[in-house]
Amino acid sequence: MNADVLLANLPALLIAIPLFGAFLTPVIGRFLPSIRDAWVILASFVSSVVAILLAAQVYAKGTIVYVFGAAPGVGTIPADSGGIPIRILFAIDGFGALMLISAAIVSFAVILYLTLSQSKRSYRSEFYALYLLLTAGIFGMVSTGDMFNFFVFLEINSLAASALIAYHRNGGLAAEGALKYLIVNTVGALMILFAIGLLYAQYNSLNMAVIASQISLTSLNILALVLFIAGLATKAGAVPFHFATPDAYSVAPSGITALMIVASQAGLYGMFRILFSVYGHVFTSETIGWVIIILGVLSMFIGVTMAIPQKDIKRLLSYHAVSQTGYMLLGVGVALAVLGDIALTDAFGRMAMEGGLFHIINHAMYKGLLFLAVGAVIYRTGVWNLNEMGGLGHKMKWTMIFFLIGALAIAGIPPFNGFASKLMIYESTFAFNPALAVIAMVVSILTLASFMKVFHSVFMGPQLPEYEKVREVPKRMLAGMAILAFFVVAFGLVPDLVVNTLVAPAADALLNQGQYIASVLGGGL
Amino acid sequence: MIANLPFIAVAVLIGIGFAMVLLKRNMIKMIMGLGILEAAVNLFLVSLGYREGGIAPIFTSAPEGVEMVMPTVQALTLTNIVIGVATTALMLSFVMLIYKKYGTVNADEMRRLKE
Repeated sequence: MNADVLLANLPALLIAIPLFGAFLTPVIGRFLPSIRDAWVILASFVSSVVAILLAAQVYAKGTIVYVFGAAPGVGTIPADSGGIPIRILFAIDGFGALMLISAAIVSFAVILYLTLSQSKRSYRSEFYALYLLLTAGIFGMVSTGDMFNFFVFLEINSLAASALIAYHRNGGLAAEGALKYLIVNTVGALMILFAIGLLYAQYNSLNMAVIASQISLTSLNILALVLFIAGLATKAGAVPFHFATPDAYSVAPSGITALMIVASQAGLYGMFRILFSVYGHVFTSETIGWVIIILGVLSMFIGVTMAIPQKDIKRLLSYHAVSQTGYMLLGVGVALAVLGDIALTDAFGRMAMEGGLFHIINHAMYKGLLFLAVGAVIYRTGVWNLNEMGGLGHKMKWTMIFFLIGALAIAGIPPFNGFASKLMIYESTFAFNPALAVIAMVVSILTLASFMKVFHSVFMGPQLPEYEKVREVPKRMLAGMAILAFFVVAFGLVPDLVVNTLVAPAADALLNQGQYIASVLGGGL
Repeated sequence: MIANLPFIAVAVLIGIGFAMVLLKRNMIKMIMGLGILEAAVNLFLVSLGYREGGIAPIFTSAPEGVEMVMPTVQALTLTNIVIGVATTALMLSFVMLIYKKYGTVNADEMRRLKE
């Protein structure tokens, strides 16, 4: 088998490798337990490499359309199918590539961390198998071009995530959080399936590009859009669908929460894909844009105000995750509101969109880093309550530094990556509507205040006698954090380079609906 | 009217399902509500593909000139049934864990996560 064949089949390998790794993990754990951890890290590493290679190909050659089960040279639309692409296909454009990169980095960093942080627990083989399934679900969601496939990967994502939340359970709390998460996500997923049925009934196709090429703004399609937005906002954990998010995030093992941030962003990916690539240019008014902006502003504000009084450190971080999702919705919502107007899009809509998308990858990095650092503190102390912690900076210097990097990034302090994307959002929303920019800045200041409080009460102050024996966490856990911290700092130091090479193609892919349709319908292997 | 009967049933079932998920405090009943919701969506998909007088969509054994019902939505429904079984099983096992810990399946009596 030569390299060309492998490269040509990368989209299939993207799903096959994590699935293969997942199914073999319990077998290896049963017969060769000594190499199980190495096997899991290897499987995660290879799937991350495949994802990054695929993203690199997309950036080099443009949208990749991969048709499953077709011989090489066969187009997307077989000659005898009457103009309908009947096969299942993957369509990965710039936006999908951006999400693939963020999922690949976080999933590999987290598995390094998890193989040590869970090392004293039981039944770990199945735990890692579920972890790889969750990775496969995320990769599938962000690369498929078929609506029903999207739904199936969404369910893989929800099921694996909720099983992982309750896996190493902390009394009954974890089961409670996981049950809430699963019920809410199942209702959301069924709404999405209903909307898919509504679209299929009218256009006889499940292919996003085919539907996009024929869609008009009828009342049935508006109903489908509302169901899509509600269902995917549930997955993304935006207000007013956020009630399961803090419960689930705060009881899950910390590494799992870090990956669930990416899993929830796959819901955002779905929402933006439906809004721009499927509906796109049928919106003539600003209404839909304002709906997304209002969802964003509510998420930002309610998330941060709920976070401030929390005592449980992971619950506090979870509410901040809701709040940060608001920034992404705000940026992309502004771009959506001015989508029909080319002059305004050039003036600030594009920048708002780039800011929102850049914030997605930044949030995955710094929030992952924060959850891992907090998980390291809990790993050593076993305490979740902020008021009982203190003085840990004396013993856990590296963890403290990583937490500080994440905290400054989430608060939007230069030169970390949160500043770069937030600045783009402030500038562009100020041009659209100054009040929105003011709200975004106020939320940032509240975030900074909240994190200074957390930093102070966890790491600062005199050394407490009960934490006499606390040591720094093992090196592999630090390595997981270091990978994410590297990207937090690197993206913050050269934001222009990252925006031009990674984020701008993603924004292009979303803004240019015609190109997406043409590349899927006209393309092939 | 009679042709729309399945869709009216879908609307009624969705209403019942949502009401059960939102109003019931017993977690087993909430999961039953989700089951009804899922059945409603499945019914919707199957009714979309139904063709009056159509036969089973088996291409090789179809006589000439006879209409077939649509196979795609039936495949979707089957997939959704499988997913639904997995979801329900997982949810029921969470309820079991909660019952072991708290001795109740009532959502109001559980130790609230938020406090």
